[in-house]
Amino acid sequence: MLQVGLTHFLVVSAILFSLGVYGIVTRKNAVMVLMGIELVLNAANINFVAFSRFSGFGLGGQMTALFVIVLAAAEAAIALAIVLNIYKQFTNVNIDEIDHLKD
Amino acid sequence: MNYYDILFYLFAIITLASAWFVVTTRNVIYSAFFLLFTFFGVAGIYVLLAADFIAVVQIMVYVGGILILLLFGVMLTNKITNVDIKSGTANLLSASLLTGVLMGALVSVMIFTDWKVEPAEIQTTTIKTLGTMLLTDYVLFFELLGILLLIALIGAASIARREKE
Amino acid sequence: MSESLIINLSVAILFLPLLGFTVVVLLGKRFPKLYLFEVGIISIAFILSLIVMFAKLSYYPNNIVAQFTWITMGSAPSAGSFNIDLGISIDNITVMMLFVVNLISLLVHLFSIEYMHGDKRYTRYFSYLGIFTFSMLGIVLTNNLLMMYIFWELVGLSSYLLIGFWFEKKSAADASKKAFIVNRIGDIGMFIGILILFANYQTFTFDAIYAQIEAGNMPFGDSAWLTAAGILIFLGAVGKSAQFPLHVWLPDAMEGPTPVSALIHAATMVAAGVYLVTRIFVMLTADAMLTIAVVGAFTSFVAATIALTQNDIKKVLAYSTVSQLGYMVMSLGVGAYAFAFFHLVTHAFFKACMFLGSGSVIHAMHHEQDIRNMGGLKKKMPITYYTFLISTLAISGVPLTSGFLSKDGILAGTLAFGKLTGHWLIPLMAFTVAGMTAFYMFRLVLLTFHGEPRDHHKYDHAHESPKLMVAPLVILAALSVFIWYTPNPIAADSGWVLSSWIKTPTQVVPNETRFDFMKPDAAFETNSGQHAESHGTITHSTLYTETMHWAHYKAMFASLAVAGLGILLAFAFYFWKKLNADKLAEKIKPLYNFSLNKWYLDEVYDATAVNGTLNSGKGFSWFDQKIVDGAVNGSAYVTRVVSKISGWFDTYVVDGFVNFTALLSGFVGLLFRKLQTGKVQTYVAFVVFAVIVLLLLFKPF
Repeated sequence: MLQVGLTHFLVVSAILFSLGVYGIVTRKNAVMVLMGIELVLNAANINFVAFSRFSGFGLGGQMTALFVIVLAAAEAAIALAIVLNIYKQFTNVNIDEIDHLKD
Repeated sequence: MNYYDILFYLFAIITLASAWFVVTTRNVIYSAFFLLFTFFGVAGIYVLLAADFIAVVQIMVYVGGILILLLFGVMLTNKITNVDIKSGTANLLSASLLTGVLMGALVSVMIFTDWKVEPAEIQTTTIKTLGTMLLTDYVLFFELLGILLLIALIGAASIARREKE
Repeated sequence: MSESLIINLSVAILFLPLLGFTVVVLLGKRFPKLYLFEVGIISIAFILSLIVMFAKLSYYPNNIVAQFTWITMGSAPSAGSFNIDLGISIDNITVMMLFVVNLISLLVHLFSIEYMHGDKRYTRYFSYLGIFTFSMLGIVLTNNLLMMYIFWELVGLSSYLLIGFWFEKKSAADASKKAFIVNRIGDIGMFIGILILFANYQTFTFDAIYAQIEAGNMPFGDSAWLTAAGILIFLGAVGKSAQFPLHVWLPDAMEGPTPVSALIHAATMVAAGVYLVTRIFVMLTADAMLTIAVVGAFTSFVAATIALTQNDIKKVLAYSTVSQLGYMVMSLGVGAYAFAFFHLVTHAFFKACMFLGSGSVIHAMHHEQDIRNMGGLKKKMPITYYTFLISTLAISGVPLTSGFLSKDGILAGTLAFGKLTGHWLIPLMAFTVAGMTAFYMFRLVLLTFHGEPRDHHKYDHAHESPKLMVAPLVILAALSVFIWYTPNPIAADSGWVLSSWIKTPTQVVPNETRFDFMKPDAAFETNSGQHAESHGTITHSTLYTETMHWAHYKAMFASLAVAGLGILLAFAFYFWKKLNADKLAEKIKPLYNFSLNKWYLDEVYDATAVNGTLNSGKGFSWFDQKIVDGAVNGSAYVTRVVSKISGWFDTYVVDGFVNFTALLSGFVGLLFRKLQTGKVQTYVAFVVFAVIVLLLLFKPF
């Protein structure tokens, strides 16, 4: 096998990203969809850190990854609050049944 | 194959395998626990990328914060009788087709692009540099994120508390 | 006592009221007794400030500065790297202000315990007093313009909260909005001024800015910008200290509870503007100083003429405050720095005493504020009467009071200024105002406390206020006597306050932009400087010192004469009834109305600023209706003619085509409607699909 380099990390991140998208598209439970979103964000973060390590940009990539983590935390909090609200409203969190936007 | 490579493959396999289980297991609680392994695997990858501080933050924030939050989300939105909380799935076939193509496309982009590689000098610890950058070049973003977190905190509390009419 | 102890104590004084505010505002609802905690906190702060004042004044002739770097800015390409420092600076003026603010705050807290008793937001009121005290102390202690600006806005906020404390009343809510907006106008100027200085010197710290100015470093290379910066920062003081033309908010601010008027709108916050000007005094050029002097003199004149005819007891006091603030500002403008600050301190005490006294009267008369319905209260409320009388004597400039000392100094300063520069209008206005002040203050006293009661029902129910309300009055009245400031009741210079406590700083602006008399003797060729050192108060030049000496006794006798005349007239009108005020008012009806209606300034602002906005809206609406609609109608007519011609074409040719298209799009719509599922996941899938299509389209691999 090749010496482990930038490409390896990027491939891992690409696969992780696709798995995240798969989770988002297939799961019915809103919390599971959130897990998918976290996977996607992690994939993006791996890219940032990998480029920061291999492409001579300094630590800017790591800084961005840090900010993404913060944003993910804020996003998770808000999203779960919304999910709780939806649960109160519909007594379930299966997002394929919540399609009132259509009407 | 040196240690670095072995470690990389180990972490990559942990990450991807557990991520696979996260998105395929029908049991929500299992899913959450596999997510834990994914986060640890990603943290390991960060370490291999010489990003020690990010790795620690990953474990603290994702495992310590977001994952716990997700578990609470699971428990608050299900009538818990046992750990066997199922989650249905939809459009399995078309979705796997779609993401399969996506994965192929992305991976081929990653492999066949001629990346400009210029290894950065590896620091023994990045915390000091990151800390200085946070309070100098990135101070505006830093403050803005602080405000954002505050708003998210208030917003989350007020949204979750809203009574059903 | 070491320097670091003084610094630590000062920081403690600063943050104690914040602690009080936080605790009371968070827990006040649950523990209604917490207002006592707030009062206790202020007592501790007051005792600490007393200690700090005596330590600083006795042992440390130099400034004590403590600062730390708050933000290290990365180096910007054009400006180079710089830091933002925060810190406190303690000089003699600071510790005196600490003492004044804490003392009055404490007395107002005590007074409010009784006055506000039974209010439904009782603890909330005390927490607001706490945040106000905190922000005011911040203004006093800071050593840089940034913190000054932050705390400046904080006092604005607390003033807003307290004016609108009874926000159920529409007039109170309106007054708080008015105060806030009018203050913002001044603050914009202040902000631009600060930015001019910061853009040039990359620092907010006073001392660092002054050091650079002294080194001959002009903003944008021109001293005119320095003048501009001085005037712009002064604009902040114009707003906060209610100078013309932004004074209109202060009389309206009397809608707040009366103890608040005493604390914020008489003694401390409105003096913050004057304090700001003392802080930037050394960087004021001659042009800026002249502007300040003229604004101050005009303000005091306008306000005094309005105060002559007002009938609301608090409105009279409010305009008198505006007038006295104008005095202080004018005094700074003419270079009488020490007297301006001295007057700030003495005025804080006697004006707070008057406001609390009026609060006591209003309390006793069951919220009656119109002096035409009072009268004869002397018998019912003797302590309130005598304390009010002492402070009235002080503001009128009667000898043996503190007001006499400070006012006389200011008048002498204006007189010397007039002689040295030829601007005689300023001393003229100052002396006129002194006479008017004596007149309207005694009019107020005579109408309120003497004569026959005019509203017997309310008079019968009036009673002396409880001890907790009277005690602050007595303390403040006691502080309005000369003995605290100087042993010699006719010469303020010989007292400790002026000879050793307040030191006039040396200007840092270049010599050619100063007034002649403010140049040091080396630049100004006179024979000898032997007097310059003997009097610590005046350090400008020998000529100035001599002129002040020349002006001293002249100003004293002139001010005594005009004050005596004013008092005599007040007695003639309202006590002996030799003259009839109503008949006189009838004779000079236009002038009387002009004064009664506050120079119609509110109406002018309504007509210009407020209605201007409304009218421009109406103008646009007219433009819309006549011009735009006219054009539209005209084109409509043309269109109608054309459309008749094309009508038949439409019916037969186009319609056929349209109907066909409608059918087609209806069919396509049915098809696409299937895609619009309302399910988020379907949409995500579409996005992914689109990404794949794009990837294949561009083939980056």
